[in-house]
Amino acid sequence: MSRRILILLKTIVWLACLAPIAWLVWGAVTSNLGPDPTGEIAFDTGATTLWLLIFTLAISPVRRILPGLNWLIKFRRLIGLFAFFYGTIHLLAYVGLYAGFNVGLMLSDIAKRRYITAGVAAYLLLIPLAATSTTRAIRKLGGKKWNLLHMLIYPAAALGVIHFWWQQKPGVLKPLPATVVLVTLLAVRPVLAWRQRRRAARAVAA
Amino acid sequence: MLIRKKADIPSSEITSQSEYLRFMSRRRFLCGAAGGAAAVGAAAVGADRIAAALHPRSVLADAGQQLKTVPSPLTTTGEPLTPFDDITHYNNFYEFGENKSDPAKNAGGLPTRPWSIKVEGKVEKPLTFDIEDLLKLRPLEDRVYRHRCVEAWSMVIPWVGYSLSEFIKECKPLPSAKYVEFFSYFNWHVEKWSGEDATIVWPYTEGLRMDEAMNPLTLLTFGLYGQVLPNQDGAPVRIVVPWKYGYKSAKSIVKVRFVDKQPPTTWNEQSPQAYGFYSNVNPNVDTVPWSQKTERRIGLPFYDQLRSTLMFNGYTDQVGYLYKDMNLKKEY
Repeated sequence: MSRRILILLKTIVWLACLAPIAWLVWGAVTSNLGPDPTGEIAFDTGATTLWLLIFTLAISPVRRILPGLNWLIKFRRLIGLFAFFYGTIHLLAYVGLYAGFNVGLMLSDIAKRRYITAGVAAYLLLIPLAATSTTRAIRKLGGKKWNLLHMLIYPAAALGVIHFWWQQKPGVLKPLPATVVLVTLLAVRPVLAWRQRRRAARAVAA
Repeated sequence: MLIRKKADIPSSEITSQSEYLRFMSRRRFLCGAAGGAAAVGAAAVGADRIAAALHPRSVLADAGQQLKTVPSPLTTTGEPLTPFDDITHYNNFYEFGENKSDPAKNAGGLPTRPWSIKVEGKVEKPLTFDIEDLLKLRPLEDRVYRHRCVEAWSMVIPWVGYSLSEFIKECKPLPSAKYVEFFSYFNWHVEKWSGEDATIVWPYTEGLRMDEAMNPLTLLTFGLYGQVLPNQDGAPVRIVVPWKYGYKSAKSIVKVRFVDKQPPTTWNEQSPQAYGFYSNVNPNVDTVPWSQKTERRIGLPFYDQLRSTLMFNGYTDQVGYLYKDMNLKKEY
């Protein structure tokens, strides 16, 4: 891929990733976030976090299925870090707008409200991933260890989906699309690994 | 802590008054200099008085959507009113879609005329009330109530109606009637969204204990902001029970049944853990999955929404006696 196209694509990805926060800031400034701005901020940042995590997870399987899209790897770190960015705003929205900075209330929420427990756990899992996202950290850890550590994105994304279900009104199926996509992505990995092993075995046999 | 201690803030009534005035003028409501002056003078005493000042009965000739109303001593709050646009565009009315903005878009087809309420069960004899007769049964009162959803948001709504007890008297229930069951309108062809994203079994039903239904606060509701209920808010007639979570206030009522046992209710059947039969607003009893200690007031900027939730939504004086011998942690 030429440098020019890469820069163009990076610009597009940056703009796409910044669009949700730009939308929220614009909405907040112009009082255009609808009847329940707090709910809007919490929902939008949460959904953006989850979908960016899902996109991050999708890159590897898509590359394997469509080798022509190998270059997608150049965007994985960027999208993953944006997921962390939105997760952080999501958490801050809870701390400020829902808990009113009341530490006691937050602790009791984390202990008692399972959706908050799941959400906080998911966020904690993302912290080491964001912290080791630099090229230097990858070198320092070594590829194998780094890969192992970054497997944490699986439980983090799964906890994100669980967090979504658990804070839903029982009987409402809003988290279904994200769940279906995530489960598909998780299921497709062993299938791809099996296909690769079979190919390798064939190559040896031939 | 950002959480406010007391819900009633007299100084902010200025907002409530201007909201109401803006609303009224938007609907070309004629109020002369005298009416305007009266409204300004009434600012100190609460939204119901303003409503009264703005509702001289004689000016209603051509306003098909306007209702003749009288002030009510049962207006229970002077807090700023939630804007009309928010009350009508932030709705839980799952027959018309699962998102808050769906009912406003989809409820246009709800056939609100002709309309009647069937009364059956433990009554002297089954009856049917036509909506036009119901509208004339008693004077329609302006009543401003807090409205608290189980999803931890709240509004302040100027409803129009009269006490459900007045209607129940006309139904002549038998002494064996211990509960009242309400049935909402349901028609797959009109409410095509009913199956969307939710596992609810239709029609929507709700219920109250007889003494709850007879409490004067329980409102048989025909309008809001002085006009006929918009479809998405439960037209043409609904129940409003201000000390309970919003889903207890069933919309678009077509049938009322008096029964001797606690009736099944829609959300309670969905998840008995999350939605108790009583569903009294109670900051000390959390419901699955939300904490009920605080709430977000709709229609305010994000930094100004958080409120502490009040026991019985602030109506303890009026309804506390109904539950004095009950363990509200168990019977939630």
